[in-house]
Amino acid sequence: MSSEVIKIKGKRKSTFKDKVMDLLPEGGNLNLCLTCGVCASGCPATGLEDMDPRKFLRMAALGMDEELLSSNWAWMCTMCQRCIYACPMKIDIPALVFNLRGSWPKDKQPKGIRASCEMAFKHETMSAMGASEEDFRFVVEDVLEEYQESQPEFADMQAPLNKEGSEFFLNQNSREPVTEPDEMVPLWKILHLAGADWTYGTKGWAAENYCLFCADTKMWEQNVRVKAEAVDALGCKYWLNTE
Amino acid sequence: MISIIELYARWIREGKLKPNPEWNNDLKLKFTVQDPCQLVRKSLGDPIAEDLRFITKSVVGEENFVDMQPNRSNNFCCGGGGGFLQSGFPEARRYYGRLKFEQVMETGADYCITPCHNCHAQIHDIQEHYGGAYHCVHIWTLLCLSLGVLGPNEREYLGDELKEVWVFHPESGM
Repeated sequence: MSSEVIKIKGKRKSTFKDKVMDLLPEGGNLNLCLTCGVCASGCPATGLEDMDPRKFLRMAALGMDEELLSSNWAWMCTMCQRCIYACPMKIDIPALVFNLRGSWPKDKQPKGIRASCEMAFKHETMSAMGASEEDFRFVVEDVLEEYQESQPEFADMQAPLNKEGSEFFLNQNSREPVTEPDEMVPLWKILHLAGADWTYGTKGWAAENYCLFCADTKMWEQNVRVKAEAVDALGCKYWLNTE
Repeated sequence: MISIIELYARWIREGKLKPNPEWNNDLKLKFTVQDPCQLVRKSLGDPIAEDLRFITKSVVGEENFVDMQPNRSNNFCCGGGGGFLQSGFPEARRYYGRLKFEQVMETGADYCITPCHNCHAQIHDIQEHYGGAYHCVHIWTLLCLSLGVLGPNEREYLGDELKEVWVFHPESGM
């Protein structure tokens, strides 16, 4: 796939790779590459932007920081970790990608990701689609009532909000309450039939966290913290993912 | 933290949920399952992939399940992860997704079960983009179908051949 010969221009210190190695246990094994190419051959992002995981690591090892930063490839690798899974030396290439994303200036990062990360902080729901506590309550109560009436076998079904001491604090991807609320109903039915002790929280219900994708570690942590505190405040035992 | 996939499997094993795959006895629709990277390779590993297969077989019938190759922790990412759906590179994202599209198509499945929202959006998009015939569906839809409680308005992602199957309160349709 590579069409251009890599040219090394003079001596240069590999600041980016060194910085990432300092952050990772065992330095992410970033100096252990055997150049076997197992990562590249099994990576769906190979070939995009004239890049692949082996070449990416090699460029980092050669200190080609500017070239790495000027490529969009860091946004095309999904950090799925298949390369680590396959790698005989367990080299953490996705951590290189993650930190490269994080070193992009915020205003240069892809707008869709950046805006979704920031939108989550508009309300304590942490919804990347900007749904408020009131929006969520309204949708849940409205949909529940409709189904309790139209399907009498589920007249007793509940979709509790802020029920203290529940076993499960169920999160919800914003996509359902905002764009396709009927999709929440099968989930509620299953929980009802299984007799699960669960609740939503009007605070912290949104499952998504785009700050991970723009590698904003501070906002990522803040986002998780709001949700963890919401679970603790209700005294729930588990944070339950719908995925 | 717990994944609802673990709970579905536990509740079926404990008999709290009793899915019945007989709706598919004559239809014989084939189902494959996407192992989400975040759920399987990056978090809970192969045991959750086994739960996913156990649930799927319980709701669609064992003989109607077809695995993708490769699968479980070795599965390919679909290209919907890492924010790719929102990053503004749709051409690159679809190029990335062609591997997943080919994987799904090779199973010959009528449906791809996608337990992750990003996988769901991406695998649906590449189906439309590359012109595949499969549908993309959440597992909760099929679980409720096999429990006999899936209403007419809860079938957004089902194909026409399943719009009329085991409909709970058909009169409540809008």
